[in-house]
Amino acid sequence: MDLLYKIFVDPFLQMGTAPDLLVQTLWEGLVAGVLYSLIALGFVLIFKASGVFNFAQGIMVVFAALTLVGLHEHGVPAYLALALTIAVMFCLAFAVERLILRPLVNQPDIILFMATFGLTYFLIGFGELISGGETKIMIANQLGLPRGAIDLKMAGGFVSIQKIDIAAAIIASLMVAGLAIFFQRTRIGRALRAVADSHRAALSVGISLEQIWVIVWFAAGLVALTTGIMWGARSDVSFALDVIALKALPVLILGGLTSIPGAIVGGLIIGVGEKLGEFYWGPLMGSGIESWFAYVIALIFLLFRPQGLFGERIIERI
Amino acid sequence: MRAVGGPDVAVGDVLLSVENVSLSFGGVKAVSDVSFDIRKGEIRAIIGPNGAGKTSMLNVINGFYQPQKGRITFKGQTRAKMRPHDAAYGGIARTFQNVALFRGMTALDNIMAGRTLKMHANFFWQLLRYGPALREEVEHREHVEEIIDFLKIQEIRRVPVGRLPYGLQKRVELGRALAMEPELLLLDEPMAGMNLEEKEDMSRFVLDVNDHYGTTIALIEHDMGVVMDLSDRVVVLDHGNKIADGTPDEVKRNQAVIDAYLGVAH
Repeated sequence: MDLLYKIFVDPFLQMGTAPDLLVQTLWEGLVAGVLYSLIALGFVLIFKASGVFNFAQGIMVVFAALTLVGLHEHGVPAYLALALTIAVMFCLAFAVERLILRPLVNQPDIILFMATFGLTYFLIGFGELISGGETKIMIANQLGLPRGAIDLKMAGGFVSIQKIDIAAAIIASLMVAGLAIFFQRTRIGRALRAVADSHRAALSVGISLEQIWVIVWFAAGLVALTTGIMWGARSDVSFALDVIALKALPVLILGGLTSIPGAIVGGLIIGVGEKLGEFYWGPLMGSGIESWFAYVIALIFLLFRPQGLFGERIIERI
Repeated sequence: MRAVGGPDVAVGDVLLSVENVSLSFGGVKAVSDVSFDIRKGEIRAIIGPNGAGKTSMLNVINGFYQPQKGRITFKGQTRAKMRPHDAAYGGIARTFQNVALFRGMTALDNIMAGRTLKMHANFFWQLLRYGPALREEVEHREHVEEIIDFLKIQEIRRVPVGRLPYGLQKRVELGRALAMEPELLLLDEPMAGMNLEEKEDMSRFVLDVNDHYGTTIALIEHDMGVVMDLSDRVVVLDHGNKIADGTPDEVKRNQAVIDAYLGVAH
């Protein structure tokens, strides 16, 4: 009885008696969720357009962040370093298309998936070679990102909000909105969706698959760079960052592999669920449930809705 | 033969010719040593029993398949094989046997996608969706609206095509091909799976496209009535070989064609 009480009653009582803590937890969950969403977005972009599950998306985040910080360390001004990093991400997209996707076209999905493993380890090695293995500090201030926190008086207490988190939320929203307009309303956006829907039909109207792949990997690279800056500003930049990429897997299961809104909503659900779970139910199990709670949520979803919240329903014709 | 009045478009020079094309997949010969031509302004039918190599032939023409032997001459330029991009760029549009639309996109976006090669604003304007990119969108949208009117699909333009009935999907697919302003339009079984009324509508659209835009059309079709009514000339394939070539009347009387369709006692 006692255990049931602790699981089903006590946490909600706590939420009721200290609403400021609840708001604080929800906010932190949302902020973590935004970053999960961004990583998942990178996966979805590439999966939609080329059918490749890009295992390297997580390491692309680290690689982008390291390149940015590394360039700055070599005396390049912050904004120039940002521009150069964007150029590097474009070169990466171009090289991936030339050296990986093009030679492996029409190969089974699993081969392409394995190739992205190769890309992952290449990027780790290449990144360490260039910038060394040590942990670095993100150049958040130099890029004009705000620092410090503001305390809001609400819900009968104080809620402390980091300014960088607000910036992250705003930038992520802008990025998603921009991508949405680009996808819906322009020629290249239409071509991207066309390729995602049918390769042969896209070819028949003269859309170049190669060009689309470069663009989509570049877009995923930009998303990775943004994620890297934001995440790096909250902790620091090291290869340990790539474990957050694994957090994108439950997000993708939740949101569906092909849905951009799904990636966003899924990320937020996982972020909030994780923080609430950790704060209110964690003490029951001696804490630390944050690291696996997301996978439990994903598992439950897999049981009842294998196509995810927004994924396309798979209907097999017999 | 064409309906009363005969062909309205003057049939002229050779637009595309395939010479001695052979295509095989491993040991299976899909097309062997086939030659024929398509003249400007005509409606050319490719017919034959199942497995005759009709779709393979179409795929060779628009570059999806690359033949092991033979030559393709399109608008005076001869090459060993087409590439899909060259075909699209040169003005060859097509539809597919089982409809290959962009299912998640609206009818309008599908047809706009057909304008891809006509639009040139660069990547950065498009990212901003401003300036040249926006002007271009408006300009091409006008052209696409004309096609939508022509095909009488105004009321479904905002519907994702995956939700449309089959007959309308076929029409949207034709619209996407027309948006490319093709010189040569390849139709792979445009009437397959349609009821009588839909077939009549589609036949009328095919004739109208030919008359109105002067587009040369090559079509594959199973319905003999449709083929005989629509086409100016017919080429007949069987087991990858060409067995007849001529006007619908000539082909109908050809003994080899009758045997191929009805079977022959051995």
